[in-house]
Amino acid sequence: MATTPNAVTPTEFTATPRSLLRRWTGADEIAHLITLIAAATLLLIAVLLVYQLWILSAEARTKFGWSFFVTKTWDPVAGDFGALPFIYGTLVTSAVALLIAVPLGVGAAIFLAELATPKLSSSLTFVSDLLAAVPSVIYGLLGVFLLVPVMRTTIQPALKKTLGFLPLFQGPSYGIGFLTAGIVLAIMIVPFVLSVSREVLLAVPRDQREAALALGATKWESTWKVVVPAARIGIFGSVFLALARALGETMAVTMVIGNNPKVAASLFSPGYSIASVLANEFSEATGNLYLSALIELGLVLFLLTFVLNGLARLLILVTTARGSGVLPT
Amino acid sequence: MRIVKVLTVLAVLLAVATFAAAEGPVLLNAAGATFPYPIYSKWFDLYHTAHSNVQINYQSIGSGGGIRQLLDKTVDFGASDGPMNDEQLKQATVPILHFPTVLGAAIPAYNVPGVQGELNFTPEALSGIFLGTVTKWNDPSITSANPGVKLPGDDIVVVHRSDGSGTSYIWTDYLSKVNPAWQSKVGKGTSVNWPVGLGGKGNEGVSALVQQTPGALGYVELIYAIQNHMPYGKVKNSSGVFVKADLASVSAAAAAAAKFIPDDFRVSITNPEGKAAYPIASFTWLLIPSKFTDSAKRDVVKDFLKWALTDGQNYAEGLSYAKLPKEVVAKEMKAIAQIQ
Repeated sequence: MATTPNAVTPTEFTATPRSLLRRWTGADEIAHLITLIAAATLLLIAVLLVYQLWILSAEARTKFGWSFFVTKTWDPVAGDFGALPFIYGTLVTSAVALLIAVPLGVGAAIFLAELATPKLSSSLTFVSDLLAAVPSVIYGLLGVFLLVPVMRTTIQPALKKTLGFLPLFQGPSYGIGFLTAGIVLAIMIVPFVLSVSREVLLAVPRDQREAALALGATKWESTWKVVVPAARIGIFGSVFLALARALGETMAVTMVIGNNPKVAASLFSPGYSIASVLANEFSEATGNLYLSALIELGLVLFLLTFVLNGLARLLILVTTARGSGVLPT
Repeated sequence: MRIVKVLTVLAVLLAVATFAAAEGPVLLNAAGATFPYPIYSKWFDLYHTAHSNVQINYQSIGSGGGIRQLLDKTVDFGASDGPMNDEQLKQATVPILHFPTVLGAAIPAYNVPGVQGELNFTPEALSGIFLGTVTKWNDPSITSANPGVKLPGDDIVVVHRSDGSGTSYIWTDYLSKVNPAWQSKVGKGTSVNWPVGLGGKGNEGVSALVQQTPGALGYVELIYAIQNHMPYGKVKNSSGVFVKADLASVSAAAAAAAKFIPDDFRVSITNPEGKAAYPIASFTWLLIPSKFTDSAKRDVVKDFLKWALTDGQNYAEGLSYAKLPKEVVAKEMKAIAQIQ
């Protein structure tokens, strides 16, 4: 037996892995280097972006200082610029969008992951992924030609009649404004929430469901008390991804928000967002101060995204320390 | 005799060769206003067909971008819907010349429930509406100009452009001239701090909002209105005549203003005198440096300008642009000599 090739193999095996290992260690280093470069490039791009925005906004920063954040005027002719209406509009439309899109997206994800047949689930997911690929200008056009008339003639008067005592739902119905922009944004970000949430829910181990069912839980109890909490962090992740998209969305918002730099309590009021004003005014901005104020708005949007993302991570940290999140984002 | 013949042929060949050598490829880059882009691209294309060695690239990135790129010298010449101001001209290393090329105009478009046909607008009504002091369709300043039209008591919803644009520049320039309150409170510009109203993106955004919103009044570039068969109102000019905007009345506005045009052509022709003149019109300009280091480029630019101001003008009306009146063309032809 010792002379058969079979017996030789083990010695070769012990030799081969060692040389392979040595070779693979080299490959490891190369792979390490390549991925490091990729990661460093991303960081570099972010740093360069902030650096450029910082440098180019110097004129506006020195002229307006911190008051830029609280000034309501935006007057290109007089050279008087403030970011408040744009920050407000960006936050309000994103909040409205999340309020609508999160329950809708997570609800749909639970249905698709837990209750629907696999065939139905995958075909609906396909449709949702298609929606995510539609260019935003299409959503804007649909908003202008379909949603805006319905908002003006039906939805806004109905809201005024039922909830009109709230300052949120008062004032004339133009059909465009914060609410309409929020709804269009919601439609745009639902696919993100749905798609990611469904994947995370599906990734929750089968054992956990079975354990819950074995303990006498109903299907719904197992879903709501075991699966969803386990997937919580991933679902949060999907919401932040959606939020990032909502904050930076340009075209669709511009077409339905009314483009009027106003800070108004009513969701029916026309408003303005940071991304919209950049898209609208950048190409025709002539004066240096004007341009630098627009660039500072870009910086503010970056800061806003940064702060919201930081808060989101903090939220995850707090809830994870307390809870039983098993899946990383 | 034969020798003479041969020599003649040789001489001709030589001349042709030198000529051809002088006509090396010339590549010019330009950038600026989006409003005249259709006619400019037509002109550059036709000019290239006639002079195959000349290629002019035009990027319609907006007037602001055009001016900036010209000052940064990343383009050979620029284009703008509003003239450069003194501060911008000071930043240029060589003096910049303005050449009007075609004319544009802005028209009032509206959607008043129950009203068909053309409405008349006085300067007082238009400026009052955009200032927010005239808020109802049955305001006396509107009804007095429209005898026989039954105007409802609906609120006026003002619609303006949200994107910076030459059309807004013309509109606000006009309002500044006819209303001192507008001049002091808002002023003129491609983007201004609008006292009231909703912003629509582009001509299409404004017209969509106007068509959808009962009681809306907005302003739209004349070409867009013509091409989309939009109904629009007449505006009272400084001679007291209600004039409907069309290519003839816009050219008439330029002709009426021709004798007041300064040598640098930086002039606003809104609210001019003249019975036939439509009051809300403006030139659009090519911005040409007065000195070129490259003589081949200089010669091409001069030749192109001469062609665009004469033969080129014939293509304007086909694309719904109003032509330059001949008084202005004559003045510009003289100014071309300033390019060195």
